[in-house]
Amino acid sequence: MMNTSKTLIYDGSFNGFLTAVFIGFEQKISQADIQRSGQTQNGLFAETETIFTNVEKAKRVWNGIRNRSNTAVKNIYFAFLSEKKGIEPLLYHYIQKLMGSRENKASDFSDDAVLKINQLAHKVGREKHRMEAFIRFQLTKDDIYFATIEPDFDVLPLISKHFRSRYADQQWIIYDVKRKYGLYYDLQGVELISLDLQDIHVNSINKNDAFTNEEYEYQGLWNNYFQSTNIKSRINKKLHTQHVPKRYWKYLSEKKEAV
Amino acid sequence: MNFERIKEKLNILADAAKYDVSCSSSGSNRTNKNKGIGDSTGIGICHSYTEDGRCVSLLKILLTNHCIFDCAYCVTRKSNDVKRAAFKIQEVVDLTINFYRRNYIEGLFLSSGIFKSPDYTMERLITVAKKLREDENFNGYIHLKSIPGASDELMYEAGLYADRLSVNIEIPTISGLKLLAPDKKHEDFLKPMLKVKNEIVRYKSEKKIIRSTPKYAPAGQSTQMIVGATGESDKDIMYSATHFYKNYNMKRVYYSGYIPVADDKRLPDIGSQVPMLRENRLYQTDWLLRFYGFSVNELLNDAYPNLDIEVDPKLSWALRNLNHFPVDINKADKSMLARIPGIGMKSVHKIINGRKFRKLNWEHLKKMGVALNRAKFFILCDSSNWERRDLDAERIKGMILQTSVGKFRNQYSTQLALFN
Repeated sequence: MMNTSKTLIYDGSFNGFLTAVFIGFEQKISQADIQRSGQTQNGLFAETETIFTNVEKAKRVWNGIRNRSNTAVKNIYFAFLSEKKGIEPLLYHYIQKLMGSRENKASDFSDDAVLKINQLAHKVGREKHRMEAFIRFQLTKDDIYFATIEPDFDVLPLISKHFRSRYADQQWIIYDVKRKYGLYYDLQGVELISLDLQDIHVNSINKNDAFTNEEYEYQGLWNNYFQSTNIKSRINKKLHTQHVPKRYWKYLSEKKEAV
Repeated sequence: MNFERIKEKLNILADAAKYDVSCSSSGSNRTNKNKGIGDSTGIGICHSYTEDGRCVSLLKILLTNHCIFDCAYCVTRKSNDVKRAAFKIQEVVDLTINFYRRNYIEGLFLSSGIFKSPDYTMERLITVAKKLREDENFNGYIHLKSIPGASDELMYEAGLYADRLSVNIEIPTISGLKLLAPDKKHEDFLKPMLKVKNEIVRYKSEKKIIRSTPKYAPAGQSTQMIVGATGESDKDIMYSATHFYKNYNMKRVYYSGYIPVADDKRLPDIGSQVPMLRENRLYQTDWLLRFYGFSVNELLNDAYPNLDIEVDPKLSWALRNLNHFPVDINKADKSMLARIPGIGMKSVHKIINGRKFRKLNWEHLKKMGVALNRAKFFILCDSSNWERRDLDAERIKGMILQTSVGKFRNQYSTQLALFN
């Protein structure tokens, strides 16, 4: 008999999600309500199965989608990282459409699901880009360039490569305060870390003992530069906040006073 | 490092450099090598935005604002009574590296007032770039100013270290240049530009044969024109820009609304409004020329020497050429889709892909992000509901203006003022 609807619980990892997709396709489930464990809600469907992450199965799904479309595989990963409520069933639906079509369904911008996934992926991509722009390192006395972030989406996995290839000769940490994990580059490679952070904030007006004195001198110079390079007769605050929405000001030492 | 002194210099020399609008940090291909610092392979990054809404991507400073020239439009002109300062070479290097390490910037944009001679100045700029590349193993973005009148040898050397080089032509007409910068010659601007162009051409062809050919200005060259200082028309500006794009392979031409910096009868008064809307229209035109397949004489010609301030140049063109419309969204080719007001290149891409699957209707177009308030007068789609009235250009323009809000509307609308 064919299953048509089922709730699948996975561990929250991307591989776990892909495993759930694998199980969904294997069992020919037409509507899979894939949910993160710990955040499950009493489902639409009575029948529930807990998924154990299986990298092999995840890889098969990943490769299968990639064979259809490189754009799709990227969009799926980005949209997944949006952590948006209900993203998993939407992605399942999207993957069904991709695999069920002979054409390159990923470029069907007249399809609501395709458009929606595209827009989500785009949003996550924008947040990734913003973090690449707005992260401000502060030099600690241990000679580590340190930054904390609280991105709207879980973009740490997406920015690792960017910072690794740019700051290859300095140790750095980028820590996601909201999701309580970070990246640490120790001049060899990047590893995931978790820290017990009390009071290290990027944009505090108060000086913190953890950082070098010179650090604050450079922040001063940077703020100074930021002021000097502004053209007062062209002032356009609306455009300013459009480019740097207020929720990002907390990262920026040059906006310290304004926060 | 004496931070107080540096702060003072930074104040003066960033303030003097800010009228150069180029902020681009993209288009290069320099990868991080030997675990050095920096990488400029990706798309450009704007690390911050000043309150005037302009992006901060590079540390944009002058090496010095001492200058032997007296160009009327320039804040650094020798007759201007301003504080003067000069950075030491190592100071610029240290600032760049320390800002870069903290992820403040993509790199350095170094310009300078001309002291002693063009060659002497150019040599100093090159020394900064060379130090960054060789002593610091810095692979971030470097934009150097080509100093008008600098020798070919130095321009060759500059390109070995810089990602981008630029000479600002500033005044789009030769007569304007004579009026405002009598001691500069038009040819002095063109000479380094031509050398850089030729070197880029040579580099590209040699690279095909010998892969290890040293990089030469991989992000190309750019220039800038001041808008609204000499009474030039939009046609003068855009024909001049087209000339530079075509004959000097410019990556970008920037347009900078003139900001009065001098009490000079030859120029607009201090305090007069910066022509920001005009500047915006010129950039829109520039985009239409570079990405939308328009040629300059379609948008500006003797009959229409200036752009319409009220509506964007594409809409303005469409209103003058209603015979090309309506266009059927489901059949038209790419180049015609790109000419429809309210449809950008991203929408064109979505339309072309989406219509392979089904005929597109208003709903589809709306979700794709087409600005229907403008586009609807110019298109047909899979719907029996389309603009049937035989509207003339004035009516269409009026209806579009009524249903839209322009960011600069308050600058030209006299009607609305009645109600304020």
